[in-house]
Amino acid sequence: MDDFTAHLAENAAWMAWTWQTGLFFVIIASLLIVFTLVALFKPERARVGVLGIPTTRGDRLFITLLGSAFINLAWLGLAGPDLGWALALCLVYALAVFRFV
Amino acid sequence: MEKPINNRAWLLVAPVFLIVAFSAILPIMTVVNYSVQDTFGNNQFFWNGLGWFQELLDPSTELGGRFFAALWRNLAFSAIILAIEVPLGILVALSMPREGWKVAATLVVMALPLLIPWNVVGTIWQVFARADIGLLGYGLNWLGIDYNYTGDTLSAWITIVVMDVWHWTSLVALLCYAGLKSIPDAYYQAARIDGASRWAIFTTIQLPKMKRVLLIAVLLRFMDSFMIYTEPFVLTGGGPGNATTFLSIDLVKLALGQFDLGKAAAMSLVYNLIVLAVCWVFYTVMTNTGSERADRGEPA
Repeated sequence: MDDFTAHLAENAAWMAWTWQTGLFFVIIASLLIVFTLVALFKPERARVGVLGIPTTRGDRLFITLLGSAFINLAWLGLAGPDLGWALALCLVYALAVFRFV
Repeated sequence: MEKPINNRAWLLVAPVFLIVAFSAILPIMTVVNYSVQDTFGNNQFFWNGLGWFQELLDPSTELGGRFFAALWRNLAFSAIILAIEVPLGILVALSMPREGWKVAATLVVMALPLLIPWNVVGTIWQVFARADIGLLGYGLNWLGIDYNYTGDTLSAWITIVVMDVWHWTSLVALLCYAGLKSIPDAYYQAARIDGASRWAIFTTIQLPKMKRVLLIAVLLRFMDSFMIYTEPFVLTGGGPGNATTFLSIDLVKLALGQFDLGKAAAMSLVYNLIVLAVCWVFYTVMTNTGSERADRGEPA
């Protein structure tokens, strides 16, 4: 078993994993899994919000994640590398998206 | 219009997902990993946090400067080719024959530029526009016009724009032609009875009926020109200097020329986010203009 993990680590070295990026992807993956399970066990109908387009929970998650990426980039470019408030803003944005879009 | 969603169909997508995992998801994860680190080769990486992103978004740094320069260059290129190709495509579509053997002949001729591989298009124009042996370049200089796309920024830009217009106006024209063909003859008859002018027919019948295909054409052309690589790479290689270095060309220079994997990864992620946002708008508009029609009870 040790041999296997050592082998795996050697072969995945080119991917240059860090725990921070690992955490990032674990969060994204768990969000996807949670939303998939919710969609499976609590099916829903698309609804039309402020954007005038029908959206499901998954659509709203996508809009949230994409928008959050831009919020963080804008914060990084305009305010600086301390992204705590940017993440708080993303949370507000996420709530707004899930409530109104 | 609303219908319940059955998510079980997603299981059928599982094999594709597995392939995509290796061809796209793992590479993208790697790019994300690279974007927060620095490397000098030999699989040794050093944590750099958000450093590359910060540099990238600050136009006063070397990295930020070239990123924003390439971004504006790319947006300018997209704006120019859209401003030319869309009106020109509409004009071509309006003057294409509606019936008879000429239709097939015109369609084949129109489709020809779309069938040529992109690097061949680049090569054709590279030779065609050369000032020493190319028909266009030599001809222009013979006429006394100073034209040399390898040395002069304006010449290089004109050549690339003309090449793109030559390559892709057909697409806009063919889409518009399809839109025009779908207009029933009754509309034109009514216009004739009302004594409508040619311009009135265009603005009140043809243009509104072409709206959807035009939207598709604009979005397709924007995406394509925003991600353009092959043709300017073959034609000018991004030169003279950096005059035609668009985002993708700059990215390749950074990643494969300088081997700055961290910087290149940060740049490609921001580039990718912009493309993703535009794609989302594209997809949303495409899927929803149809449903709006259905809601209003109009034929699609």
